[in-house]
Amino acid sequence: MNNKLKIKISVRNLNIYYGKFLAIKNITLDIPERSITAVIGPSGCGKSTFLRALNRMNELLPDVKTEGEVSIDGRNIYSPDVDLVKLRRNVGMVFQRPNPFPKSIFENVAFGLRIQGIRDRERIEETVELSLRRAALWDEVKDKLYKSALELSGGQQQRLCIARALAVQPQVILMDEPASALDPIATLRIEDLMRELKEEYTIVIVTHNMQQAARVSDFTAFFLTDEDRAGMLIEYGNTSDIFTMPKDPRTEGYITGRYG
Amino acid sequence: MVNPRHIFDEEIRRLRTDLLRMGTLAREAVDKSIKALVNRDSSLAEEVIVGDDIIDKMDLDIEMKCMELIARQQPMARDLRVIGTILKTITDLERIADHAVDIAKIVKILADQPPLKPFIDIPKMCEISLSMLDDALKAFVNEDTELARKMCERDDLVDALYDQVFRELLTYMMEDPKAVVRALYLIFIARFLERVADHATNVGERVVYMITGVLKELNV
Repeated sequence: MNNKLKIKISVRNLNIYYGKFLAIKNITLDIPERSITAVIGPSGCGKSTFLRALNRMNELLPDVKTEGEVSIDGRNIYSPDVDLVKLRRNVGMVFQRPNPFPKSIFENVAFGLRIQGIRDRERIEETVELSLRRAALWDEVKDKLYKSALELSGGQQQRLCIARALAVQPQVILMDEPASALDPIATLRIEDLMRELKEEYTIVIVTHNMQQAARVSDFTAFFLTDEDRAGMLIEYGNTSDIFTMPKDPRTEGYITGRYG
Repeated sequence: MVNPRHIFDEEIRRLRTDLLRMGTLAREAVDKSIKALVNRDSSLAEEVIVGDDIIDKMDLDIEMKCMELIARQQPMARDLRVIGTILKTITDLERIADHAVDIAKIVKILADQPPLKPFIDIPKMCEISLSMLDDALKAFVNEDTELARKMCERDDLVDALYDQVFRELLTYMMEDPKAVVRALYLIFIARFLERVADHATNVGERVVYMITGVLKELNV
C-alpha cells in the first residue's frame, strides 16, 4: 500500500464475540484518510461486524465483547473516556435500506443539528442546504424541502440519509451495503457521490457486490471465515491489485466467483 | 442530471488520447526512418532506435490501463468495444514502431556503403502507408467508418509497389553480385513498409468494429 497516505483509522488485533461465538478474529489493518476502502467477502464473514466496530455500534447489540484496538487519528475509540455521542457524530453511518425519518426532507437533515441543541435558524438552513448539495440531492429537492422524505425515490432517500449523516460534520462515513436496495442507475449515482465525498471524508463501505467495490474503492479488504466460522482478513491492498492480481488464492477464488 | 459514469467516461477519453499520441509517435518513427534512409542520416536513424523505448512503454501502460478498466469498471457494449479496440490497436502501433527501428538499423549499415540507386518507390510506399495510418487514426478520432474503409483500399497500392521494388532489386542482384547485400537490405525495408500498411489496415478494421460492432477484414 502507498506509504505516503495518512492513516485515519488504525485497527489492531480486533476480536469481536457475540456471546461465546468469535465473529471476527485478529483483524489488523490501516485505513487511509480521504479514500474509499471496501470490505468484501461472503455472507457471514464479519464484514458488517467489522464496520460497526469502527463507531462502536456493536455495543447496541446484546452480549457483545470487543478486544483489541481501533484508533481514529491516533486515539483509541475503545478507551473508557470516549464520548460515544461525539464518536458517532464523527463517524457517521449509512445503512442498507434507506431509513429516512417520517418527517420532511428538511427536518431529516436538520435532525442531527436539533438534537445537538442548535437553534440558530439561519445556521440550520445553511447546513441543510450544504449537506443536500454535498449529497448531490439539492437540485432534485430544493423546491419541496417541506414535503415528506418518504415521497422520495429509494435512491433519493439513500442520498438524503447521506446528507443527514453529513449535516453533523463527520470525518468518517461508514456505509453498510448502501446500494443493495437500489436499481443500477441509482447505484451508480451513489458511487459517483462517494467519489466526490472522498475528497473530504474517509469512507469505509461493506458490500456484497464486488463489482461495486472494484468500481468505487481505492483499497479493498477481503474477509473470509475460518473453520470455526470466525471472520478473518485474508488480503488487503490497492483495489487495482486485488482485482487484477490478488496474492491469495482464496481472494482469487472469491473474486472470480469460484469460491466463497 | 449528471451522468453517473462521468469519471469512467473521462478515463476512456484519456485512453483514446493516449492511443492517439502513441499512433503519432509510431508514424513519426517510420517517417524519420525513411528520411534517414534517403538522406543517409545515421544520427536520425539512431534517434528512431532510441525513441522506440517510449513507444514500448506506452504500449504496456495502455494495456495495463485497459486491463484495469475491464476489471474495475465492467465495460459493456460500446465501452467494451472501445477498450477492446484500443487493446488490439496498441499492438499494431507497437509493431509499426518496431518496423521503423528495423529500417533505422539498416540505414546505419547502408550509411557505410555507396548508394545503389536513387530512392523513388520506397519513399512512395512510405508516404502511402503513413497516409493510411493517418486516416486510420483520424477515423478513430472522428468515428468515421467511411474513411476507415477507404484507407484500407490503399493497401493494394502498397502491395503493388512492394512487388515492383522486389522485381527491380532482383534484377540489380542478378546483374551484379556486389549489389546483393545492399539490394537485399532495401528489399527488407520495402517489406517492412508493406507490413506497416498491413498494420494500418488492421487499425482501420478495428475502428469499423468499434463503431459498428461488425468485425471483418477490409482488405483481403
